[in-house]
Amino acid sequence: MEKIYEILAKIIPNADFKNATDLVDSKILTSLNIAKLVAMLNKEFDIEITPLHLLPENFNSVESIWALVQELDEE
Amino acid sequence: MKKNIIAYFEDTVARFPEHVAVADAETEYTYAALQKTAKAVATGLSKQGIFKKPVAIFMKRSAHMPAAILSVLYSGNFYVILDYESPLARIEKILNTLQPAAILYEAEYLEEVKAFSGTIPVFQFEAAAQEDCNEAMLAAVAEKTTSEDPAYALFTSGSTGVPKGALLTNLNVVSYIHWFTKAFSIDENTVFGSQTSLYFSMSVSDFYASLFTGATYTMIPKAYFAFPAKLISFMNERKIDTIYWVPSALGIVAKFNLFKYCLPKYLKRVLFAGEVMPVKYLNYWRQYLPDALYANLFGPTETTDICAYYVVNREFAETESVPIGVACDNCDLFLIDADGKDVTESGVGELYVRSPFVAKGYYGNDEKTKEAFVQNPLHNFYPETVYKTGDLARKNTFGEFEYIGRKDFQIKHLGYRIEPSEIETMLNTVPGVELTVCVYDAESDNLLLAYEADENKDAALNEAAEKLLPHYMRPTYFYKFEAFPKNANGKIDRKEIKKIILENK
Repeated sequence: MEKIYEILAKIIPNADFKNATDLVDSKILTSLNIAKLVAMLNKEFDIEITPLHLLPENFNSVESIWALVQELDEE
Repeated sequence: MKKNIIAYFEDTVARFPEHVAVADAETEYTYAALQKTAKAVATGLSKQGIFKKPVAIFMKRSAHMPAAILSVLYSGNFYVILDYESPLARIEKILNTLQPAAILYEAEYLEEVKAFSGTIPVFQFEAAAQEDCNEAMLAAVAEKTTSEDPAYALFTSGSTGVPKGALLTNLNVVSYIHWFTKAFSIDENTVFGSQTSLYFSMSVSDFYASLFTGATYTMIPKAYFAFPAKLISFMNERKIDTIYWVPSALGIVAKFNLFKYCLPKYLKRVLFAGEVMPVKYLNYWRQYLPDALYANLFGPTETTDICAYYVVNREFAETESVPIGVACDNCDLFLIDADGKDVTESGVGELYVRSPFVAKGYYGNDEKTKEAFVQNPLHNFYPETVYKTGDLARKNTFGEFEYIGRKDFQIKHLGYRIEPSEIETMLNTVPGVELTVCVYDAESDNLLLAYEADENKDAALNEAAEKLLPHYMRPTYFYKFEAFPKNANGKIDRKEIKKIILENK
């Protein structure tokens, strides 16, 4: 999960993402930075987040992003 | 020909009462239901005794919005849609120019509306929709209306920071939609998948083309363009066969490589406008959907939506740009050079438009109206107002118009006149670079290149500039963006890019 903190710190440096549960709903993560986040997660964890995983509920919190990464890592 | 939008709408309602007229992800209205709601709300507005007055609409983008729009037209007034996400200061500037006679709002925005409504009468849409329709009152209104009556005003940002409201009449919309539906064979079986907001001129095409023919206007949720997992499945669920999007939205599909996973099964027409179409996106779409019709549409808000169009009929290399094509039927385009003379052959000139699509002018702004809506510079025999677009264009060897850029964006650097679009087209071809935007810093007399990429590509861009561009067109500094900022319409925000670069210099 530390790695996800590091990545988010690069993408949304001014947001309090550690405690947030509404990163998408409150428009902190938007179409502008979501593509970048996906690219960095794919590279860092050697996974493939496909468009089918691009649902707001998968990106609302650090926990949900971590859960998605773990799920894809097992595949 | 029928005299106004309502007359065409009523004709459609009579022919296809049970067709779905408008739909979003949750709600839908048949043509009959849309008419019933619109007339109920119109009755409330008409009871105020207002006619040919501006009515502001403060609602979110949903299937209810078209009912609100039609209610204003049924009442013989004209509408202005306020962007509910725009800052209060901008809304206040618009209201200051507009002085609306009423505000139509959605219940959940009561607090927001109170903040700016002042003494303007306000109508809650949900409550007004429950009222009984007074047919006699609306019939009396319909008798007084003419084709020349305004239908809506659309506010665009003015260079002085005061938004300008282009005023479009019923005749503008009727003339324009006649061309649009004919050019793209739109009929009652068409299902549009709309991307744009109803306060943006592009929405006029798919929205009114639906109302005039009995087609279905489906609003695709904005969130699907940021999180596109459901985008294609939604298009398939709703059997969307025609889209008219900004190139940035088509680009999202390419960036995420969505077509690798799922294809839109019903899509027949892919229309785009609003910004320059990057060839790499167009080629991605054509590769996966080779049988669809692709068309590049071009025009300002002041010509209702579009004045020129190009139906893609050949292959394009990434170093080429997609032409804006030929004038729409019932529209005449000509180029005027710096000396006010007609441009012949292949020279560059400012694009002028002569057509019933051309707006009346800017609401409550005589000065700006006179600058852009002028007497035809080619004769003085009778009054003929034409629109100066402020866009530069030239004709290519196919006889098609090619867009060069905004007259105000044209850069004078080292004694040369430079078009940023030319630099961008060449540098967009660098592998690993998604898109480029070239801006000019007058203070230091430097060309600055912003680019969207995952990794630093300064060296590769510099090398490509040396290979592809003359020395005076090579950018001095390069700035990497993870993603370009977009404005409320989903278009790349060039002004914001320049601001960010200059702040971080």
